[in-house]
Amino acid sequence: MKITIASGKGGTGKSTVAANLACTLSRSREVALVDCDVEEPNLHLFFPGSTVDVPVTTPVPEIDLARCTFCGECGNFCRFGALSVLKDRILVFPELCHSCGGCVLVCPQKAVREVPRTVGRVACSCPIPRLTLISGVLNEGEVQAPAVIRAAKLLAEGHPLALYDASPGIACPVIETLEGSDACVLVTESTPFGLHDLRLAAEVVERVGISAGVVINRSDGQDEETLEFCRERGLPILMTIPFSREIAAVQNRGGLICRDLPGWEERFAGLFDAIVKIAGVNP
Amino acid sequence: MIRLAVVSGKGGTGKTMVAAALADISGVPQVLVDCDVDAANLELLFAPRRLTTEEFRGLMAARIDPERCRDCGICVDHCRFGAIVRNDDTWTVDVLHCEGCGVCTYVCPMGAVRMEPRVCGEIYTSVTDRGNLAHARLFPGSGNSGLLVTEVKKRAMSLADGADLLLADGPPGIGCPLIATVSGMDAVLIVTEPGVSALHDLERLVTVCRRFGVRIFVAINRFDLAEDICARIEDYCEREGIVVAGKIPFDPAVLDAVRSGRPVTRSESAATDALRALRNSLFAELGLK
Repeated sequence: MKITIASGKGGTGKSTVAANLACTLSRSREVALVDCDVEEPNLHLFFPGSTVDVPVTTPVPEIDLARCTFCGECGNFCRFGALSVLKDRILVFPELCHSCGGCVLVCPQKAVREVPRTVGRVACSCPIPRLTLISGVLNEGEVQAPAVIRAAKLLAEGHPLALYDASPGIACPVIETLEGSDACVLVTESTPFGLHDLRLAAEVVERVGISAGVVINRSDGQDEETLEFCRERGLPILMTIPFSREIAAVQNRGGLICRDLPGWEERFAGLFDAIVKIAGVNP
Repeated sequence: MIRLAVVSGKGGTGKTMVAAALADISGVPQVLVDCDVDAANLELLFAPRRLTTEEFRGLMAARIDPERCRDCGICVDHCRFGAIVRNDDTWTVDVLHCEGCGVCTYVCPMGAVRMEPRVCGEIYTSVTDRGNLAHARLFPGSGNSGLLVTEVKKRAMSLADGADLLLADGPPGIGCPLIATVSGMDAVLIVTEPGVSALHDLERLVTVCRRFGVRIFVAINRFDLAEDICARIEDYCEREGIVVAGKIPFDPAVLDAVRSGRPVTRSESAATDALRALRNSLFAELGLK
């Protein structure tokens, strides 16, 4: 079973929900926690430990200048601006390449081949018993987040239970993370920003066709508009976490409320039961 | 004109709250731009009156003509993005996954695949009582968010006549939308908060921003929620030679302001005082009056 934890707005508590859920589940079963927020991965801060790193590469073109006639076919074909053919040389901009392989196909001289280029890494660790942490890390300055997300998810394949922590937003990294999930948990906060962005995130999840439920974080009791929206859209409320300075303090220093505050392990176990119900699959 | 982007690395640190406050009390002729096209929230605080709306077209997407398709599957073999899927016994393109590379068009022996423009969002220009605003909406699930940021910045530049300040509310993260935001800016203000995640994200963001040669400033939001981690952030900034331009206390007035749809600086509070001090020290550094 695969569960994505997502949110439109950043900073609503996605990672803390994912970390607490994973920690709670690891008491009784094997769980893989996959950090798919590869631009700003944070889960390793909750679960320190030594890692084994696997580089993530994407194929990019390399030109054999002995064969190249500077005909310009590759540059004309590339829609991403990664190849620019001049009279007597070719400029390759690997950071713009989407690795479609088109330049190799169109070259009449077979002068283009693909070579791997490192854009990030996946860091794997077993920080606590029965928990495997798999963190995707995009290198600074790179833009191929989906490639790193794919690599991280691939390393979690075969685990009976995987939790994917998505990046904020509603664009391609989120789509890449949601792919293949059985259920999605949308973490929100009941502010106008939180609700505005929850609407967008709910639209994405609906488009991908995955059952979803909502966790309201930092609730100060004024959740009426969020509850109303969830009722309209048929999104069940899976859990509500109140705002409290005590909870904020635990999280700010990288602690987990399921470990540090009484009652929360049971509540996260209850969250998992609620997710299983919406996913409709056997965990 | 000074071009300043408010960014954060980690989401939810209070980027939009700070950007809206700076816009509210800047006191200089300015143009505003919301570069967080995934989740554009600036408009929720400024009740903009819309001037123009235009379609945003990203890269093209493939479309298979079922009349011409002979079911050979060559396009499927060549698509690296898994975008060609079986649907009701025919091959169709899943636009969520199509990157618009055009390989399928090239390899199809029947000429059955065409590239078509796709609308990925909308770009708006608006007026607010604090200057013109360029903003946008990315349709959920669309790619090309970096491209949309570049377009919305262009609209802002076209509205910038006579402005001394271009103020951008940026996206979270360090990927393409962030890079598209920071490129061409004079300075960034990174809004962070005292938490181990935010500090970690701050360090990665600084590495990316350094590549663009922009001046970097930091504001620490809700600094009093964990004074020890706040001290670590200040130590980090000192080591890196980054000016901490302001520290904003945790203040329920902030949430009240967001709930009533206005910048927090419209009323007096501890946060408002801190944001005024932030504005003054930041603008002095940037040479703005």
